[in-house]
Amino acid sequence: MSDTTKKEMKNRVIVTVLGPDKVGIIAGVAQILAENNINILDISQTILQEFLAMVLIADMDASTVDLLELKQKLNELGEKIGVRIDAQHEDAFSYMHRI
Amino acid sequence: MLTMQEIMETIKMVQEEKLDIRTITMGISLRDCCHPAPHKAADKIYDKITRLAENLVPVGENIAREFGIPIVNKRISVTPISLVGECTEIDDYYIFARAMDKAAREVGVNFIGGFSTLVHKGMTRGDAKLIQSIPRALAETERVCASVNVATTKAGINMDAVHLMGNVIKETAERTRDKDGLGCAKLVTFANVPEDNPFMAGAFHGVGEPESVINVGVSGPGVVNRAVSRVREADFGTLAETIKKTAFKITRMGELVGRTAASRLGVPFGIVDISLAPTPAVGDSVAEILESMGLERCGTHGTTAALALLNDAVKKGGAMASSYVGGLSGAFIPVSEDAGMVRAVEEGALGLDKLEAMTCVCSVGLDMIAVPGDTSAETLAAIIADEAAIGVINQKTTAVRIIPAPGKKTGDRVEYGGLLGSAPVMLVHPFSSTEFVRRGGRIPAPVHSLSN
Repeated sequence: MSDTTKKEMKNRVIVTVLGPDKVGIIAGVAQILAENNINILDISQTILQEFLAMVLIADMDASTVDLLELKQKLNELGEKIGVRIDAQHEDAFSYMHRI
Repeated sequence: MLTMQEIMETIKMVQEEKLDIRTITMGISLRDCCHPAPHKAADKIYDKITRLAENLVPVGENIAREFGIPIVNKRISVTPISLVGECTEIDDYYIFARAMDKAAREVGVNFIGGFSTLVHKGMTRGDAKLIQSIPRALAETERVCASVNVATTKAGINMDAVHLMGNVIKETAERTRDKDGLGCAKLVTFANVPEDNPFMAGAFHGVGEPESVINVGVSGPGVVNRAVSRVREADFGTLAETIKKTAFKITRMGELVGRTAASRLGVPFGIVDISLAPTPAVGDSVAEILESMGLERCGTHGTTAALALLNDAVKKGGAMASSYVGGLSGAFIPVSEDAGMVRAVEEGALGLDKLEAMTCVCSVGLDMIAVPGDTSAETLAAIIADEAAIGVINQKTTAVRIIPAPGKKTGDRVEYGGLLGSAPVMLVHPFSSTEFVRRGGRIPAPVHSLSN
């Protein structure tokens, strides 16, 4: 693996949103990411009954905040709009599902 | 790129199925803390633990947040204290237990293991002093855990030590009478003890270990149970395969957390202990996995076979997921810490004899079992001897963590709270083993110990 790919992998986070679907959830999350110079790489979402499940992969390479701060900001937004928003390091998923 | 299904699977494991990292345990060598003056040795113990483990708890908490996986316990294991205490002239090693307890409180860990000794072939003066100090050490400290290894496949069973442990367990229970004998929950008697086990109460930092090390214990009975429930009608091959795949995923998480913690703390990464460790919480039970395999209640006929399959599949899946597997690695079957086991005992499905049979195929032994307060030291010793024999003959670790609950009778209940849970007091055989236990000496090592 080249150094650049390694670096990219190191700084990626998975943002997940779970909860009742509402107007402005993605906008809110995207705004926090943009404010902190975090680049969105991929978004997917599905609606199960009335519940929204959204997964967003973002690159924190040029981020102005660290993962713990970002997590806190997203948690606060989630509380405000009544959904669960979390950010986790990508390794937590790739380690489990990729060899 | 990860798929949405994979990401949701991981999140579900943590949120609904209680996947967690049970413990990050920092092993610390205290071999350089010996000093002829006991208080100086105690100071050195305190200083070294607080220096090396200063950042253990904050590092663990940050990793938990970043990866979004709970790390339930941060703990410390140290060199068996008999080795550190031996060069002093003091008889009571409580002073060292107190130093460990104070250090544990200072760095914020809930348990510290290593008030321990290995006496499978015989005892030095220091070993004997340590064992005699155990009841006071466990009664007067809060976080210290003790363990004694009384047998190995290579040495046989030190029956003098086994008998002594029967008395030590009785005295420990008596000294913590007001808490239903809680001290005994922090005391493990081993055969073939591993030197890198991260799980309490039996953790210590072995003499073959480096200066300091990070070992990780993963858990996840809930995740395995959910996976087993999904293949209810399938044959045994499919069942084993399902458990293996799940164990692989759980262990990968442990490997990631262990490596990250070790690198941030600047110490080598030791092992992942791939154990299924239950907690009293609903849905976090090993007994329930066995029941999901098709047994009406844990303890009925077929339980040993089900546990053997589970234990083996966990090991096979886990071994592929980690570069270094160690410790106890398998399924734990404590009674008080597992709501399903408690139910099985209370409904009469599970007794001490069946538990003993189950320990032949699981990773540890008779764990967190309450017995009547009037159980004699010789009967306790005989129970330990039986377990040690299973370990010695089968070349595996076995252990006994048993609580003769003072003033309690069969059918009563004892409450320990938190992760230790509550336990029904179980029936022991009324017939005496005294004459056997009192013979003294050592049961010779089995013929297959001659493997060189």
